[in-house]
Amino acid sequence: MARAELMDFDKALELFEPVMGFEVHVELNTKTKMFSDAPNVFGSEPNTNITPTCLGLPGSLPVVNAQAVRYSISLGLALGCEIAPSSRFARKNYFYPDTPKNYQISQFDEPIAFEGSVDVELSDGSIVSVPIERAHMEEDAGKLTHVGGSTGRIQGAEYSLVDYNRAGVPLVEIVTKPIYGAEHSSPELAKAYVSTIRDIVVSLGISDAKMERGNLRCDANVSLRPRAAAGEPVAPLGTRTETKNVNSLRSVERAVRYEIQRQAAILAKGGSITQETRHWHEDTGETSAGRPKSDADDYRYFPEPDLLPVVPSAELIEELRSALPEPPAARRRRLKAEWGFTDLEFQDINNAGLLTEITETVAAGATPAAARKWWTGEIARIANTSDADAASLVSPADVAALANLVDAGTLTDRLARQVLEGVIAGEGTPQEVVDARGLAVVSDDGALIAAIDEALLGQPDVLAKIRDGKVQAAGAVIGAVMKAMKGQADAARVRELVLERAQQV
Amino acid sequence: MSDDIIRLSASELGERLAAHEISAVEATQASLDRIAAVDGGVNAFLHVATDAALTAARDIDRRRGSGEKLGPLAGVPIAVKDVLVTTDMPTTAGSRILEGWVPPYDATSVRLVREAGLIPIGKTNMDEFAMGSSTEHSAYGPTHNPWALDRIPGGSGGGSAAAVAAFEAPIALGSDTGGSIRQPAHVTGTVGVKPTYGAVSRYGAIAMASSLDQIGPVSRTVLDSALLHDIIGKHDHHDSTSLRDRWPSMAEAVRTADVSGMRIGVIRQLDGEGFQQGVLDRFHESLALLEKAGAEIVEVNTPNFEYAISAYYLIMPAEASSNLAKFDSVRFGLRVTPEGGGTVEDVMAATREAGFGAEVKRRIILGTYALSAGYYDAYYGSAQKVRTLVQRDFNAAFAQVDVVASPTAPTTAFKLGEKSDDPMAMYLNDIATIPANLAGVPGISLPAGLAAEDGLPVGIQFVAPARADERLYTVGGALEKLLEAEWGGRLLDQAPDLTQLIAAQEGAR
Amino acid sequence: MSGISAEQVAHIANLARIDLSPEEIATLTAELDQIVDSVAKVTEVATPDVPATSHPIPLENVFRDDVVGETLTVEQALAGAPDHDGSRFRVSAILGEEQ
Repeated sequence: MARAELMDFDKALELFEPVMGFEVHVELNTKTKMFSDAPNVFGSEPNTNITPTCLGLPGSLPVVNAQAVRYSISLGLALGCEIAPSSRFARKNYFYPDTPKNYQISQFDEPIAFEGSVDVELSDGSIVSVPIERAHMEEDAGKLTHVGGSTGRIQGAEYSLVDYNRAGVPLVEIVTKPIYGAEHSSPELAKAYVSTIRDIVVSLGISDAKMERGNLRCDANVSLRPRAAAGEPVAPLGTRTETKNVNSLRSVERAVRYEIQRQAAILAKGGSITQETRHWHEDTGETSAGRPKSDADDYRYFPEPDLLPVVPSAELIEELRSALPEPPAARRRRLKAEWGFTDLEFQDINNAGLLTEITETVAAGATPAAARKWWTGEIARIANTSDADAASLVSPADVAALANLVDAGTLTDRLARQVLEGVIAGEGTPQEVVDARGLAVVSDDGALIAAIDEALLGQPDVLAKIRDGKVQAAGAVIGAVMKAMKGQADAARVRELVLERAQQV
Repeated sequence: MSDDIIRLSASELGERLAAHEISAVEATQASLDRIAAVDGGVNAFLHVATDAALTAARDIDRRRGSGEKLGPLAGVPIAVKDVLVTTDMPTTAGSRILEGWVPPYDATSVRLVREAGLIPIGKTNMDEFAMGSSTEHSAYGPTHNPWALDRIPGGSGGGSAAAVAAFEAPIALGSDTGGSIRQPAHVTGTVGVKPTYGAVSRYGAIAMASSLDQIGPVSRTVLDSALLHDIIGKHDHHDSTSLRDRWPSMAEAVRTADVSGMRIGVIRQLDGEGFQQGVLDRFHESLALLEKAGAEIVEVNTPNFEYAISAYYLIMPAEASSNLAKFDSVRFGLRVTPEGGGTVEDVMAATREAGFGAEVKRRIILGTYALSAGYYDAYYGSAQKVRTLVQRDFNAAFAQVDVVASPTAPTTAFKLGEKSDDPMAMYLNDIATIPANLAGVPGISLPAGLAAEDGLPVGIQFVAPARADERLYTVGGALEKLLEAEWGGRLLDQAPDLTQLIAAQEGAR
Repeated sequence: MSGISAEQVAHIANLARIDLSPEEIATLTAELDQIVDSVAKVTEVATPDVPATSHPIPLENVFRDDVVGETLTVEQALAGAPDHDGSRFRVSAILGEEQ
């Protein structure tokens, strides 16, 4: 794959106006699938969560999950959408081995929700209103594993294996209208938009929203149009590319920035953009060309004859509307006040897309300050070096448990960082890591005193200085004791005891 | 003894079983023996489940022996159209692409007949994926009409109709998308009913056109169809289009059948041009008998029926093209790998090329075309509108009359091979049966006699408003009684001796 | 004549994933033309004021509760498969060598 030429981002923005659009797929966390009563569970043995319907066996039929419809309506309402008085399912026909029936049951001309908008906050505190075209219900596909060739890549694979556990998992696809005017903030807005959608579905409780598991997937459409000189008419929209399955918040931002730079370089040279799907490569930070759009995309939609229209009553819609959680902006205002953070501290959290994690960590029993410290500190640092989303590394419950171990004096900050590493490495909960690695602070004064006495007696000159009131000399003894205790002691307590013992030995 | 058993109707056999005069094992063995004797000439069965059937029969005998109260058809053998999935028998839908496939689940209608104690004895032949009117499109060879072995048994459910007409089974399950239960009944001198759309679950019925398909009974008497209808006509949560109605007993409608005061509409558009004289003669005689019995015969006008076949041949292939996409060599069925390998796309295309017959490909191509970009509105969209117009015609007719009547099909059984090169001529066979599928309303075909010119069976069709299936059994039961009084027995009593036909055919070779 | 070309039929066959032979394409082109010509009759009466019917018996809001039911075993799921690795279905490479 030849490396694409990129134009400097600022230069690109000088010449072109970026226009974006997003399709976000949200997997709902219902107990069963969209059209069958098979369990909707992640991580099971392949092809165990399936019924004849999930496999598309001859004779099988779909039946709509009522809870998925309720969740979809709630999401539509949270996106400020109208709920269609009558919506229906349609078949989208295309052959692909992860699609058991070789058609996907989706919604086409009559989606359940349409015409909404979502307020997204940028790092400078400004609010951008992203227009929503529609949100519709559909089913997920199975999972392909490519074998042979370079690991896991579809290119060069000898054969593929199909697991249909995910086939039929309920999805809501949220489609924006074209987003204009984001300019330099375009990449940031892309990330903030997806982060806001994630906050919304988490607060609704309708999705696990783990991007690394594919619970939330973003396809980003980007096009550029030349800036019109004063007095000239506005140029028509440029050809767009659709970058598929960008599976972390970080990547959404990077992928949009990359496409702006790539397209600008081509257009500036007088080239043209091919309308195509592109694939984001997390490792190289690039997109590569996928299938060009063609008449093979003739999906032959028609109303799904096996299913009936969904006609939600006004009562149901009002019931779900009244149960909606507060809108994200209001929620942010409330949380900021509750947690007592400064503007800057809160902005940091929001920009890092960690609002949900900190909320859940506080809910799991940590103090807001501790939750903020861990997520924006050590966890963010590890995420940054490993190119991962912080949220994918560790669960809020584990972070809360870690913070509580520090508060209880079981761990020092330094030990706690080691425990965190263990948790991230998959060694278990913080307590399990503490136990397995034997990392707890030595809180037995007897053991400490013995070590201190030995150190003091071993360094008589230091002892003399301390006795003379030169307390800063204690540092050498504290160091020796900490070393003897392999770091598993509370330094403050050691200091207290050193000063005490210096008068007694 | 065995010969007597096979000629009993399902209800008569059920009574003899209940009275302990015949055992289920004897009844099943009698059917199996008959199949062994004549199916070489008829080819009604794709699979005969000898062991499973006898095991099920022994179980029924044991339960009856222990004093358990069983349903009216418990212990009665039943033939199952191969479009219905069955756990203990292969299911192919008459296609090479599914050869040898044994499904992991039972169709709901099959489960219900098992629960009612019927004994599935085998799977019956059909046009591939129910696409046809002659069973000539079966990948496993055509079924022969027991009245004349060189003639078609109708289709797509020619196997079920022939099995019943050949006394291989007293009763059978069929499916009807455009007439696949009723037209075979017409050409084999048997009874077939397409219930109201949604009255019988489609779960486990391999779909051709989801909005048209319906499962229904095939039998030699109207009462037998009614008894089977009562068993399979139940709500099923696996089928979203399944109705939740509480239905009256269809069997009761037959037993108390009385047509006095009933208004019967004769469809002007299906009474004349294009219909064989012998078919029309028997039709009018039947109407005269009903009139004598107190029914009022009225002419009704259904101007949009003229467009029904066109609409049907757009909607059916469109839905079928999508329904048959699942046959792709990944999860079940045939896989054909092109020489030298190929991508999964190549394998799918080679498999579908090799696994589907000509008629299936024809309809998939037609349906794909009708749904493709730029053509949807003109073809599929317009066809859906014609559907509305056909429904309006029925509504207008049912505002005047209780049921409408017509010949079931334009001609008696034609010869095998006669129309297989002319798809449009073949499609015209369904002219009288298709409107009921488009509108979702129920229809019955029952024997009306033999055409004078060829001595072959002729059927008469009645169609009732949606959810008024019992009216079919009232008028059908009454007419059957009147006709049998005229004939001095059942129409099938006049059928030639099948073993002699087969012997003659073999002698001619 | 509706004028369906052999190229069109070949394109449709590709959409429908059927590797038709040239002879089949020729036959189907002629047949399809005739059939489409005949069924195009529906446009005569399908005026804008007529609503479309997609379900013969109108129903709405047919749902099921979100309760887990019976599932197939892996053995049942794979029993009919042309090829599998014991837990997953096996298919040929998705992309060709030139891709």
